[in-house]
Amino acid sequence: MNFEFTDEQKDILAAVREFCDEELKPHAQEVDARGEFPWDNVKMLGELDLMGIAVPEEYDGLGLGLLEWAVIGEMLSAACTTTGAVYGAHVLAVYPIMLFGTEEQKDKYLRPLARGEKIGAFALTEPMAGSDAGNVQTRAELVGNEYILNGTKLFISNGGEAEVYVVIANVQPERGTRGMTAFIVEKGTQGFEFGKNEEKMGFAALPNRELIFQDARVPKENLLGRERRGFRVTMETLAVGRIGMAIGAVGLAQAAYDAAIAYAPTRVQFGQPISEFQAIQFMLADMATEIEAARWLTYNAAWRKDQDLDFEKEAAMAKVYASETCNRVASKAVQIHGGYGYTKDYPVERYMREAKLFDIVEGTSEIQRLVIANRLLKEAQK
Amino acid sequence: MNIIVCIKQVPDTTEVAIDPETGTLIREGVPSIINPFDENAIEEGLRLVEKDGGKVTVLTMGPPQAEQALRQALAMGADEAILLCDRAFAGSDTLATSYALSRAIRKIGDFDLIICGKQAFDGDTAQVGPGLAEQLGIPQITYAIEVAVERKKLRVRRLLEDRFEITETRLPALITVVKQINEPRHAGLRGVMKARKADIPTWTAEDVDADPLRCGLNGSPTNVVKVFSPQRQHEGEILEGDTEEVALALVERLREAKVL
Repeated sequence: MNFEFTDEQKDILAAVREFCDEELKPHAQEVDARGEFPWDNVKMLGELDLMGIAVPEEYDGLGLGLLEWAVIGEMLSAACTTTGAVYGAHVLAVYPIMLFGTEEQKDKYLRPLARGEKIGAFALTEPMAGSDAGNVQTRAELVGNEYILNGTKLFISNGGEAEVYVVIANVQPERGTRGMTAFIVEKGTQGFEFGKNEEKMGFAALPNRELIFQDARVPKENLLGRERRGFRVTMETLAVGRIGMAIGAVGLAQAAYDAAIAYAPTRVQFGQPISEFQAIQFMLADMATEIEAARWLTYNAAWRKDQDLDFEKEAAMAKVYASETCNRVASKAVQIHGGYGYTKDYPVERYMREAKLFDIVEGTSEIQRLVIANRLLKEAQK
Repeated sequence: MNIIVCIKQVPDTTEVAIDPETGTLIREGVPSIINPFDENAIEEGLRLVEKDGGKVTVLTMGPPQAEQALRQALAMGADEAILLCDRAFAGSDTLATSYALSRAIRKIGDFDLIICGKQAFDGDTAQVGPGLAEQLGIPQITYAIEVAVERKKLRVRRLLEDRFEITETRLPALITVVKQINEPRHAGLRGVMKARKADIPTWTAEDVDADPLRCGLNGSPTNVVKVFSPQRQHEGEILEGDTEEVALALVERLREAKVL
């Protein structure tokens, strides 16, 4: 057992840290305030080879593991939560194509995604299919050499900005999850339009758009994996996505903690810095401890995946713990800042608004607990 | 176009502490970086090569750990790197340094352009670039803010204190660059990973056929008598109050100082 990064990992992380400190962090407040998709940041991620970290080198990725992907995601999220979220949503398209794509699909879609020339999005959620992921109503029907898609997707991260969408539809709705099928759909496909961009409590610059399919014509060769195996594509993608959300939450929590511990010694009340008061010290100690726990839960899940070990339970544990941690930590960071923390002059109010997303997105905390309990009970029966 | 970029590894701060006893820089605990102006030199080399083809070779003289700076340059995209490292070079002043670099460059052989940062962050002499051009007997243009190469001709816009100057020369030549010339790129991860594995040859004084009498302390006529930070003579004054009050007080002060 070894908890140290290798020298290569250290070099890589040093390069990413420098980029985060110089290019992302100084503009993070502005990105949220402006509420526009941070294309400048996303282009830089591509230039720095960050968009295909876990993609094999033969498909223009870096050939690193999910662990490196996670640690880098944490840094991005800590520096600019929005950019971290865009990156996380992109990976949700990269991953299933990498896993289930044909050679032709990998050539055509995985390469430009890994190079950061195109960004991706994963479209599962519908009005009636949120936590109940199997209840996908978007219909796909094979007519000649094309699948005709009809339906509406909701809250799709990177929606509208992404060029490549992995879309989950159903070829046999009466068979439920057994009819679910994954497709690669390009922006600009006939019959594929964008609807409303949700106005949210946080992450104003991250688009969460409606995708509307009205007799959208998707070439037969864009079927991802096999017909009626879309539920598996979905589950595999979501399992990895949980690690992505967990690490995004860890990054946000770290940023909130960093802001709090920098502020506490500078704020004087009753004749001394508030960091001298035990009430503040205990908050800082709890914040740091919980972040550490959330981080290692997440690294462990990523590491297990890289080792080809079961990781679903660990990923769900990391997701629920990290997202709840980031809410507690962000709230305490605001508390430590007092009245100033409630203003837009400090980033902590933004962190607190953003934190709530992590409790909900990519499987709510309740769904994570179901996944964990399910696994625990199965393990106990063995 | 074959470009050689000469770089220096320096401590990462503009305010390194100086040991009052020895008059030398206290380097312990201070991380090392590529001299910032040299990053501009690397960037300019990479841009010229990206435009017109060719390769960028990075050269540094320094202790073994200077290899780190070369790996950073490789990570940015430089094609090759050479470390000039020998105890015989220790204590080199700018003359001995430019001599040693000139020997290494003669060993490299073919080149069209040498790029240096305008000066090093720590020594601030701005002498090594010009000295190197003299040792090699090639034209030099300092303080470049814009560079264009056409065939074997180099056209450079120089940033001088009160004006720009446009100068042309033939190649091969040497230029030194100011920081305003470009924004150095961040190393991509592919570059970082490649640079880790790159083979960086180390050349000794003997390898570059350097005259021992012109190397290191032997070849350095400069004698540093004392190094110190100048004492700040005058404390600044911050005027307080609303804009109008501050403006009036400022005018008053400037009148007192006979500036107005």
